[in-house]
Amino acid sequence: MPSLSLNQRALLMSVLILVVGLLIWEAAIPAQKAVGELTEYERLTGGGAQKAGVPPPSQVFVKAWEELSNPFYDAGPNDKGIGIQIGYSIYRVLSGYLMAAIVAIPLGFLIGMSPVAYKALNPFIQVLRPISPLAWMPLALFIIQDSEASAIFVIFICSIWPMLLNTAFGVAGVRQDWVNVARTHELGHIKTAFTVILPAAAPTIVTGMRISIGIAWLVIVAAEMLVGGTGIGYYVWNEWNNLDLTSVIFSIMMIGVVGMLLDMAFATLQRAVAYAE
Amino acid sequence: MTKPFLSIENLTQRYPDGQGGIMTVFEDATFGVEKGEFVVILGHSGCGKSTIMNILAGLADPTSGVVTMDGREVSGPSLDRGVVFQNYSLLPWLSTLKNVSFGVAARHPDWSKAKVLEHSRNYLAMVGLEGDVIHRKPSQLSGGMRQRVSIARAFANHPKLLLLDEPFGALDALTRGTIQDELLKIWGDSGQTVFMITHDIDEAILLADRILLMTNGPFARVAESVDITIPRPRNRTDIVEHPNYYAIRNHLVQFLGKRSKDLAGQASDGAAQRPETVRIDLTGTAKDPTPETRLRAVNT
Repeated sequence: MPSLSLNQRALLMSVLILVVGLLIWEAAIPAQKAVGELTEYERLTGGGAQKAGVPPPSQVFVKAWEELSNPFYDAGPNDKGIGIQIGYSIYRVLSGYLMAAIVAIPLGFLIGMSPVAYKALNPFIQVLRPISPLAWMPLALFIIQDSEASAIFVIFICSIWPMLLNTAFGVAGVRQDWVNVARTHELGHIKTAFTVILPAAAPTIVTGMRISIGIAWLVIVAAEMLVGGTGIGYYVWNEWNNLDLTSVIFSIMMIGVVGMLLDMAFATLQRAVAYAE
Repeated sequence: MTKPFLSIENLTQRYPDGQGGIMTVFEDATFGVEKGEFVVILGHSGCGKSTIMNILAGLADPTSGVVTMDGREVSGPSLDRGVVFQNYSLLPWLSTLKNVSFGVAARHPDWSKAKVLEHSRNYLAMVGLEGDVIHRKPSQLSGGMRQRVSIARAFANHPKLLLLDEPFGALDALTRGTIQDELLKIWGDSGQTVFMITHDIDEAILLADRILLMTNGPFARVAESVDITIPRPRNRTDIVEHPNYYAIRNHLVQFLGKRSKDLAGQASDGAAQRPETVRIDLTGTAKDPTPETRLRAVNT
């Protein structure tokens, strides 16, 4: 196919993989036998009852259509639309993430500017960074006494490290030439920070922010499985308890789509602050 | 004796040499630059030219010694001393125009935005940058164009002293020639005091009123101050015809080739090391009646 561009060929291949994958999945699910086909023994041992199994993709599409055509219904604590659940998750992720950014970026600036602050804080960062964010959950629940706020705290604690380290790294790496330009133009400390160091370090800082939002979205699902109540993580766990695997698969897909959208937003921001030397 | 506009007195720079000892780059360097003068400093790499430049810019502190400009001691960077760096040092995230205008805005905080932009455009036009080019980012410009922007940024601020740190070092010979001409033009109109570092002898003769010659380090010193006795306005094709051109050039080549080594490594014993003034004039109109003997005396 020499007439097709690279992108067109890639798209064609993607569609092909999707279709083949779905067909294999659909074909791999054994059909439930109708009651009439069962032997007497099977009927007596409960073989006629609805069996739980991995649903074929066609069922997942039907479910997705149902859910997405009415995403914001609210029929009680255990029956809310997918839009409401995702909305809760995004709200938690963004609140924890914003708080982390408010702390991490100025602190990262300080660490990046001052070798003393870097050396003093580095041991703490190195110990705190590898802790799984969920390990904080019991402590957070006890101290904060609120499951909602604890989930936000867990997001805060997991998104802070990449932003902190990347900001410090970016600020420390600003070329001395550019700082000298600021100095010879008598820019004050604040002015230098905003007009020279921030734009110079912005690509590194935004990379840290992008890594953080990715981690935050990974962690919120697990956190909501623990704290319960609302959110996409709780939704997955609740549908598992209902043994509704169709909903489980559908919500897994939605987690992927939302994660991709969040990442794309930061990729756009990254392009906006990028510069070529 | 009145102090010159820019006065460097007993300037000394020492570093720990990393093996427990002390390395003296230069010691008790003492010289002056008059207002409106174009002074070029010439010397081998490693002799401390860039260190002197950084001290004059206020970006580095000397071990001892004093720099005064216009009667005031230099300490720290200032808008009164504009710097053109060898690697242009443009801010890559700003457009060409913004790279100039941010400096103008820093110099004149009271000016309106429109006035700042117009002033910046004028100076960019003086170095031949007009139209769409001024909205491009530095990465989209050639090396020569970037250095033009850097020169425009420095001149637009009307600093009392302009410091040029090997501004054409990274450019090819043809581009260098064009920008030297532009620099001469913009300098001629402004009457700015300029202190410039270079490696290039012909560039130094073309541009300078006076060339300071530095010996090799360690214990480098500004050994001679050579007056360039070629009238202005100069241009590169005509000055080589001038009778003084090759006499001066030979003197500089001799110095850099031989005497910069011979004179190196002498400690100052605390005395101010002033450069010896050398005036080479073969045109016969000079006040000095015996230029030949003077020249010979210096060369011994």
